Amino acid sequence: MTVSISRDRINSGFTAKVQRLADQNLMACYQCGKCSAGCPMAAYMDIPPNQMIRLAQLGMEEDLLNSEAIWLCVSCMTCNTRCPKGVRIAELIESMRQIKLRARQDHLQVDEVSEADLRAIPPIALIGSMRKFTS
Amino acid sequence: MKLSYFPGCTLKNHARNFEDSTLFAMDKLGVEAVELDRWNCCGTVFSLSADDLMRQVAPIRNLLRTSERGDSQLMTGCSMCFNTLKRANHRARANGEDLARMNDFMYDEPVDYAGDVDVLHVLEVVRDQIGFDAIREQVVKPLEGLRVACYYGCMLVRPNEAAIDDAENPRVLEDLITVLGGEPVDFSHKTECCGAHQTVDKPEIIADKTYEILGSAKAQGADTVAVSCPLCAFNLDHRQEATLKIHSDFHSMPVVYFSQLMAIALGGSESVLRLDLHHTPPGPLLTGKGLL
Repeated sequence: MTVSISRDRINSGFTAKVQRLADQNLMACYQCGKCSAGCPMAAYMDIPPNQMIRLAQLGMEEDLLNSEAIWLCVSCMTCNTRCPKGVRIAELIESMRQIKLRARQDHLQVDEVSEADLRAIPPIALIGSMRKFTS
Repeated sequence: MKLSYFPGCTLKNHARNFEDSTLFAMDKLGVEAVELDRWNCCGTVFSLSADDLMRQVAPIRNLLRTSERGDSQLMTGCSMCFNTLKRANHRARANGEDLARMNDFMYDEPVDYAGDVDVLHVLEVVRDQIGFDAIREQVVKPLEGLRVACYYGCMLVRPNEAAIDDAENPRVLEDLITVLGGEPVDFSHKTECCGAHQTVDKPEIIADKTYEILGSAKAQGADTVAVSCPLCAFNLDHRQEATLKIHSDFHSMPVVYFSQLMAIALGGSESVLRLDLHHTPPGPLLTGKGLL
């Protein structure tokens, strides 16, 4: 993947916003890759967690907010538990979801969930999904 | 011993088998679980945003209900409720300013929450308060010959501030199965995520996870997988049909709650097991082992 970086992007405020929402220091990451190695969802992601962190450091807002990866993270906390630098990656990914959700850009359309699924799927799954994917 | 008890939504419907067997086992072991009068949703998933205190109010309100009763401990069985309640409590205790703001949101409450309630999972009560020795004495039907892979998933062991045991190699469930007379089976996927709420719009991912997790247990010779989370139970059990459609070499396997195994060993009747709520029936396995 070719990525063009620019000072404008880096200084756009996106990096600071993500750090503020997550209360985390993105710059602590030194790209060891343990988060992606242990991530149960990495195989399905278009951008694995360690690359999400790098892109966030570089202010690559569009790439991240338009990615599938931010919606695949289920906050299982494996990355957080294993990060040698104490970076809470799950919080950083949550903050990117929040940026979308706070602009009312929902990922899950609740009215498209079938009646059969609403009956069969337990409430914790439905509510968990709505909490993570809707505004 | 009396303990305030938080059931959570799913134990009242889809996971009735979890609640009925837990309450039976607790009663047998001398614990009276007193359900909170006015409990509300725990919030289901812990809010991870630094500025989002509003979503911490639901879990904290349940802790307030507990302290209103003059109690300082709240027990819950659902791993997701446990995790959400414990982390909200941790945030409130770690940051006085956050707690003050949460209390401001709850202006309708006559007293503030002071951070004085401990959130306990049933397994912590079993290990730390009842004790394995006391349980061993109560076993009337040992789980002889039953090979159980103990699956913790995420919510019992991560993050560190919510963990009831080691994050990478927890043992509490294995120790429990041993005391109940069963044979715990070590397997590689015991703390691997089941895919959680992706089950709503990406069931194909859950099928892959179920294939990997149950396959790993099967490869180690397990007869069944024991869980403590109604969402793990749904994904690993009820998504087996979808798993077989994608992975034709998948072998179905019964998934049970650890509490059902406790209830069996402690002499519970079939009515507290609610085996009718399972997708892959555990009945034939349990009957075959002489446990039903």
